[in-house]
Amino acid sequence: MAQQKPEPARLAAVDYTPPRRPWRDPRVEFRKGTYNYAAARRHLQYLGLPNPRDWQPHDADWKLPADWKRIILDGMKERLARYRSFRLFMDTCVRCGACADKCHFYLGSGDPKNTPVLRAELIRSVYRRYFTASGRMFGPLAGARDLTEDVLKEWFYYFHQCTECRRCSVFCPFGIDTAEITMIGRELLNLVGCNIQWIIEPASNCDRVGNHLGIQPHGFKDSLEFAADELEELTGIRIEIPINRKGAEVLLVVPSADYFGTPHYYTLLGYLMVLHETGVDYTFSAYASHDLAKRLNAKIYAEAKRLGVKWILGGECGHMWRVVHQYMGTMNGPADFLEVPVSPVTGTRFEHAASTKMIHVCEFTADLIAHGCLTLDRSRNDRWNVTFHDSCNPARAMGLYEEPRAILRAVVNQFHEMPEDTIRERTLCCGSGAGLGTDENFEMRMRGGRPRAMAVNQVRTRHGTNVVACICAVDKAALPPLLDYWVPGVDVAGVHELVGNALVMRGERPRMTDLRGEPLLAAGGGRA
Amino acid sequence: MMSALLAVALYGAAASSLGGICWRVWRWAATPEPFAIPTTTAQQRSLDGIAPSRIESPTTRLGVVGRMGLELFLFRSLFRNTAAGRTFGGGDVDAHPVFLERKALWLGALAFHWSLLAIAVRHLRLFMAPPPRLADALAVMDGFFQVGSPHWYATDVVVVIALGYLLIRRLGNRLLRYLTLPADYLALGALLTAVTTGIVVRYVVRTDLVAVRQFTLSLAALAPIAIPAPGVWLSAHVLSVSFLLAIFPATKMVHAAGAWFSPTRNQANDSRRRRHLNPWNAPVPVHSYEAWEDEFRDKLEAAGLPVEKTK
Repeated sequence: MAQQKPEPARLAAVDYTPPRRPWRDPRVEFRKGTYNYAAARRHLQYLGLPNPRDWQPHDADWKLPADWKRIILDGMKERLARYRSFRLFMDTCVRCGACADKCHFYLGSGDPKNTPVLRAELIRSVYRRYFTASGRMFGPLAGARDLTEDVLKEWFYYFHQCTECRRCSVFCPFGIDTAEITMIGRELLNLVGCNIQWIIEPASNCDRVGNHLGIQPHGFKDSLEFAADELEELTGIRIEIPINRKGAEVLLVVPSADYFGTPHYYTLLGYLMVLHETGVDYTFSAYASHDLAKRLNAKIYAEAKRLGVKWILGGECGHMWRVVHQYMGTMNGPADFLEVPVSPVTGTRFEHAASTKMIHVCEFTADLIAHGCLTLDRSRNDRWNVTFHDSCNPARAMGLYEEPRAILRAVVNQFHEMPEDTIRERTLCCGSGAGLGTDENFEMRMRGGRPRAMAVNQVRTRHGTNVVACICAVDKAALPPLLDYWVPGVDVAGVHELVGNALVMRGERPRMTDLRGEPLLAAGGGRA
Repeated sequence: MMSALLAVALYGAAASSLGGICWRVWRWAATPEPFAIPTTTAQQRSLDGIAPSRIESPTTRLGVVGRMGLELFLFRSLFRNTAAGRTFGGGDVDAHPVFLERKALWLGALAFHWSLLAIAVRHLRLFMAPPPRLADALAVMDGFFQVGSPHWYATDVVVVIALGYLLIRRLGNRLLRYLTLPADYLALGALLTAVTTGIVVRYVVRTDLVAVRQFTLSLAALAPIAIPAPGVWLSAHVLSVSFLLAIFPATKMVHAAGAWFSPTRNQANDSRRRRHLNPWNAPVPVHSYEAWEDEFRDKLEAAGLPVEKTK
């Protein structure tokens, strides 16, 4: 990493005194460690996005197009007509402030513009100035601001200090969802070419190659082969991993980090073991890994159709599930070439996915466990004292709360919840979602993730918790450095890694290690 | 003369308020909600063995009605309010998170809104002949304690206390003070003025209620007659209420209508069960499988992966 890590004690002391300057003053300082680098010209070009150029947020000149102001205002007008959420959320806020200390970025930074209410006012003030009579007439008295280049820079800074986690929307009396406002704010910035690299590069790779890292098809196959080798070594069982196989029953779509990142990789081993053990007829695809927007999401259905599968199984992923649950059917459906998912093992018909035809791997496995289809040995996870981190998207944009917990209770002996205000619908964010998990943004990520880390610290002190289980690829990438920084010694694992550890497979040789290659604890408690 | 001014003010305010609210509501209603984006604050309905929350993660229309009812009439979301404790940002790296109960905002908001509604309904007696039974009944309940003469209505007391709390809260909290707009004080100020002048009219100065009612009934019948000597306080009350009504649709007070439309609350969590339609579902360029295979065919074949077309 380029810069020095700040001292935890410094970041733990937050000054919540609002600055002297009124918030209407848009000037921001792009301080190292608190912002993300700009997207490279070539990725914008590949995706056909506006205004590709070389620039950085700390530059004085952002090389905006000459008519940038008209582009932004036209973009706002268009979105006001297209999204009821946007128009309504511009009109209904009463500034009661109930959302303010619910945002992890405000709690971690003390910057009032990181309260959901002011984050929205950044754009609401421009809305009032150009789209309402009172704003045009009374200006600042009615809370209106002119759109200037400084305002645009301020948007860039603060809309990239929001992880779109929707925690504020749980507490808002009008259900105002800052994720909608941040998404639209970022879309407007995109219209004049102000994007961050860590969003645009993965998007470009997903589109062109099929995964966020741009690993080509043969590399993808190698990774999966490697996984099969590892599993053979571990269990003595050789499993086949089908890729792009036509006529399979199920298309398995997993986050691309699962076959590359750690600890994501152990989750992948877990899925492979469950699917092998239960004899599910499935295939991976090297073309359609997952991703965020409509054009990337479209590839999933297109590939399901080409391969002739019956339904789709989605892995442990956060934002993919936001899209799959709330957007996919609308954007790219109807998926009438697929069938309502039916578990080939238990016969359960997943009616809740009757339209989208895609179910979450935790729903699939929880159903297997409920029907007693898996032989599980909890003691193989005895080195872990587990807590569960609800990832924001499957939690607040799906309602997937009990399925992973049902799985965890079946596969581990030691499980403790974090405090109530920090889990389920009130779950605190990892601080690095929505494209913010970069090295250059380190300080802001540590600040944003601090409330979550404090909750982990509490279960560590009270119960000796040493691993945080989660179901999101971004969490698995973001939580290890976060916990390493604030709560060293606490690990991160996917739910299906713990399933893989506990799963007793037919014909397996006695398991000496867990999926990480660590020796299992003997029944007595000591190491075997 | 004063009488004419009051009539004009009330008519103007009513028109502006009604027209403005209708305009806003029409614009929200006419704007599509492209996606199903409910905030799922509890367990979804998925597997048989897992109990779903029918209200907080509703899949049926009835569930949504229940959720909206709790939201609109009991302020469910505000009920969740907490305050972050001092352990946040306190400088101790080993601190645990502390969230404190903070129901005062919920209670204050609930007390204010319900009192205001009761007062508004009570005022219907001035505009309808015979007075609606509901308004009469409400007045009886409201004056139950029979304190003073004329009897003090409980809601008159509560509304002042609640408004005072909301104002003091806004002024007393440095963060809230920082983010408050001048327009927010305007709304609070207009409400407080309307309420206090009303209280003076009813309890402090002598007001000829029969004359007032004749005047308001004539306004409601669209055949205004003059009110002899309306008095300073009554005029102030009528003008402040008119002002309040007039600015209602242009200020944050319009949330009263907007809350009904909130997509994170009034949509069902059934987007995988039933397809939600987006009227402007725009086509996007998709990198097709064929183009992808063309680009990577050599590598796919070398790796032994199946292809649609061989070279």
